[in-house]
Amino acid sequence: MVIAVIFLTVAFIYWVRLFQLQILDNRYKIDAESNAIRNKVQYPGRGLIYDRNGEILVYNEAVYDLMIIPGQAKDIDWALLAELLEITEDGARERYKKARAYSRYAHSVFEKQISKEVYGKLQEYLYRFPGFYVQSRTLRRYPKPIAAHVLGDVGEVSEKEIASNPYYKMGDYIGKNGLEKYYEEQLRGHKGVKVVMVDVLNREKGSYKDGMFDTAAVSGQELYSTLDADLQEYAEELMRGKRGSIVAIEPATGEVLALVSAPTYDPNLLVGRIRSNNYAKLLGDEQKPLFNRALMAFYPPGSIFKLPQALIGMQEKVISPYSGFSCEKNLVGCHSHPDALCVADGVKMSCNPYFYQVFRRIIMRGKDPNRFVDSRLGLERWDTLMRSFGFATRLGIDLTDVKSGLIPNAAYYDRYYGRNQWAFSTIYSLSIGQGEIGLIPLQMANLASIMANRGYYITPHLVRAVGESRLNPGIDTARHYTAIDRRYFDPVVEGMYGAVHLPGGTARRAKIDSIVVCGKTGTSQNPHGKDHAVFIGFAPKDNPKIAISVFLENSGFGGTWAAPTASLLIEKYLTGKVSASRRWLEDQVKEFTVYTPENL
Amino acid sequence: MNAGSNTFRNIDKPLLLIYLLLVVAGWFNIYSVVYDPENTGFSFATRYGKQMMFIGFALILGAAVLITDLRVFMQFAYLYYGIAIVLLLAVLVVGSEISGAKSWIKLGPLSIQPSEFAKVATCLAFSKYVSQPAMNMKRVRNQIAASLWFLLPMGLIMLQPDAGSALVFVSFVLVLYREGMSGKVLLAGLVAVVLFVAALLVNRYVLIGIIFLAVLALLLCNKRTFKNIVLAVLLFGLCSGYTLGVEYAFNKLSPHQQTRINVLLGKDVDIKGAGYNVNQSKIAIGSGGFAGRGYLQGTQTKFDFVPEQSTDFIFCTLGEEWGWVGCTVFLALYIALLLRILKMAERQRTVYARVYGYGVACIFFMHLFVNVGMTIGLLPVIGIPLPFFSYGGSSLWAFTLLLFIFIKMDTRRFAA
Repeated sequence: MVIAVIFLTVAFIYWVRLFQLQILDNRYKIDAESNAIRNKVQYPGRGLIYDRNGEILVYNEAVYDLMIIPGQAKDIDWALLAELLEITEDGARERYKKARAYSRYAHSVFEKQISKEVYGKLQEYLYRFPGFYVQSRTLRRYPKPIAAHVLGDVGEVSEKEIASNPYYKMGDYIGKNGLEKYYEEQLRGHKGVKVVMVDVLNREKGSYKDGMFDTAAVSGQELYSTLDADLQEYAEELMRGKRGSIVAIEPATGEVLALVSAPTYDPNLLVGRIRSNNYAKLLGDEQKPLFNRALMAFYPPGSIFKLPQALIGMQEKVISPYSGFSCEKNLVGCHSHPDALCVADGVKMSCNPYFYQVFRRIIMRGKDPNRFVDSRLGLERWDTLMRSFGFATRLGIDLTDVKSGLIPNAAYYDRYYGRNQWAFSTIYSLSIGQGEIGLIPLQMANLASIMANRGYYITPHLVRAVGESRLNPGIDTARHYTAIDRRYFDPVVEGMYGAVHLPGGTARRAKIDSIVVCGKTGTSQNPHGKDHAVFIGFAPKDNPKIAISVFLENSGFGGTWAAPTASLLIEKYLTGKVSASRRWLEDQVKEFTVYTPENL
Repeated sequence: MNAGSNTFRNIDKPLLLIYLLLVVAGWFNIYSVVYDPENTGFSFATRYGKQMMFIGFALILGAAVLITDLRVFMQFAYLYYGIAIVLLLAVLVVGSEISGAKSWIKLGPLSIQPSEFAKVATCLAFSKYVSQPAMNMKRVRNQIAASLWFLLPMGLIMLQPDAGSALVFVSFVLVLYREGMSGKVLLAGLVAVVLFVAALLVNRYVLIGIIFLAVLALLLCNKRTFKNIVLAVLLFGLCSGYTLGVEYAFNKLSPHQQTRINVLLGKDVDIKGAGYNVNQSKIAIGSGGFAGRGYLQGTQTKFDFVPEQSTDFIFCTLGEEWGWVGCTVFLALYIALLLRILKMAERQRTVYARVYGYGVACIFFMHLFVNVGMTIGLLPVIGIPLPFFSYGGSSLWAFTLLLFIFIKMDTRRFAA
């Protein structure tokens, strides 16, 4: 009897214990999941990026991340593992400790972005490292080291990004800049999950419940960009050793053909394991290569601003296409040239006193006897018209971090000088594109585009289509008309033609024999050093295919270097090559530098 | 009357049924452990294939026992015992070492484990000795003499060393109790176990203080005669000395045994080392939940997370795949087996058969107690098979022999 009771008592105790283990305590179920079930994240390939001619700008390269589940790592030969990974044994142990401190059950990255070669060796020994497994990832690669500022780069998500978007998990990659950032959602695709079972030796034992919980990774969509890789490459080559920016646009579509901010860098530098080191290096570079001048640098436009001034003057009927003004150098400094007899002449020779007069007529129209009030009324009208050129406006290009520039308006001067404390005499330097105006190089190219289109622009953009079905990614392709009538453009365009092709023109170095180029030089005074040089233009004159702005910091007169740089690019784009007869010019342009570039 | 037909008519059907259920369930369990979704063809080379052959032979063995004259077992009990002792001695010399213990004798393709058959032989010899008319188990002298029968093989098995198998022989103490030994011995054993655990967990001075208070309380509850006071002092001295002795002995143990005990007592949580088996075992059983993952669906047990899966830790598979429900059914079935044997033992007309029956029940109980206790983390890791469930021919045949000799005895219960 007592013996039966002993039997029953023991059985009862065990029964209760089993109840506790199997039903009350959830810990063991979780442990079991982490033991034998592994959620393998399937990382999709990021979308490729093509140029306008189908050339690949960005592709993916397979690398491997070595993952660890610290709770399963047992009897690890750290020396062997360290040797395989080419790290130190202490380093390996340190990483294990760190991962273990983070979580014993969740996976952590043990070694990032292992190359194919190292992976090949590691794979043979992986069975000796229980708790370790390999996850394949992809890195961005750039066949040509160009367009870094446009393409942007990809990096690991920050904690802030994880917090703001539940899609991202520790260790995911995200576009940090440029198109990679702007089109992140299209490029990234969708992560998938493969639930697999593994045995104690870390060998996969097939899919869990026949893949019932698996989701396939969906690859990112391709981007068909508007860039012309050859033009971009050539532009970057010409800009080597210079500071500034080149933006080329197809006027009829607003498609950006090239967008250069110099100095630039090889985008392959900001990939994978070397990214953070190189990023710090670039950040510390005194030439500020990470700064995208094309979209973020404010420059006074200089004489290229005479184009909208002339247009506004005619639109407001304060001058006619045939108005002439003598070159009175006591009003504002100028170079020696015959008096301009019409608008086209003024533009061609870039006569400062001419545009002083034009601007004065725009601002002071005698609508109020008080010259302060009169100037204010004039400037308000001027400001409205000026903004229709896309100035002081954030152009909706498909990149983040675009500045809007500055066109000073009445309120601006009121704030600065006080209401009715300023008049034309205070602000006359605006007439020749100096003073408080700030344009970004993209807006200068857009101005060239407006001139080419004779009156409108299409918002510059970098992507034409997305994905296999080539959908428009939401690009605004509407024509944005300026407030200027079509007919007033012809005399100004004639002036631009003259500047390049006629005697006395300021942009003669932009002349190409086979192509009719229209252009305007500018010299932008710079309180910090040598003048900046600028040139905008388009070609051919009729049915233009390319509009361009070249801005060179501290490079003097716009006709000297900016104009020939633009002409080389125009020729290259329109004819596919630079003719032999202009090689000397190309060499000259390449030789001109404002700093000595070093190889990173 | 034909003896054969008599035998089969008198077979205890419930016990036979329970036996068959356990063996068949055991086979399905082993099948699940070895089951490979990618390779479902049947093969005798696999463990479930071999186990099927073992079971087949076990059934033949059982049938053979039933048609054999009972005297073959009873008369030659001492001879078998002698052979078992010789084998146990031999295994120490010629045995092949498997995982640190010399437990197996290899005879060509056959490996046998003498300790398994020693259980049967000891049970038979012990019963024969105890059932002598001159024996009175109330007498200490007789108790000691009877104990020697199981202490000898136990000692030899300890030398292999195979703590699990040795421990099984302790179960004969319960039989002695049934035959008249004082319950105080069991109580003392229980106290010894409690003090053993306490000695390792509690500071020695605190523990001795507690023992002092307990003895004092005991004294206060009884008459304070001179004799009782002397007894109390002796009890106190004995308990204190015992705990200090345990502590001393523990420090003399090999480090891996120390760690095993520490892990069990919760003093050591190194789940990578000594605690690995138990932790994985608990994970497997715990993950079964209420109704289990379903047959062949276990992930922990199938992918070798639990070591010794098909032998000592076979219970994990059951726990993982059938959950608490399955474990309950298993425990119920096992308790049914034990209680049925006890009930049958009590109806025997001969002391020999009764003692033997109790021996069988207690041996099965000990296996269940130690094996399941180990897998659910209540007892230290001691390698011992779970009867009818663990993979292996030797143990299955030994248990079958043990049980069927008793069934045979039971068929003769009406005989004069």
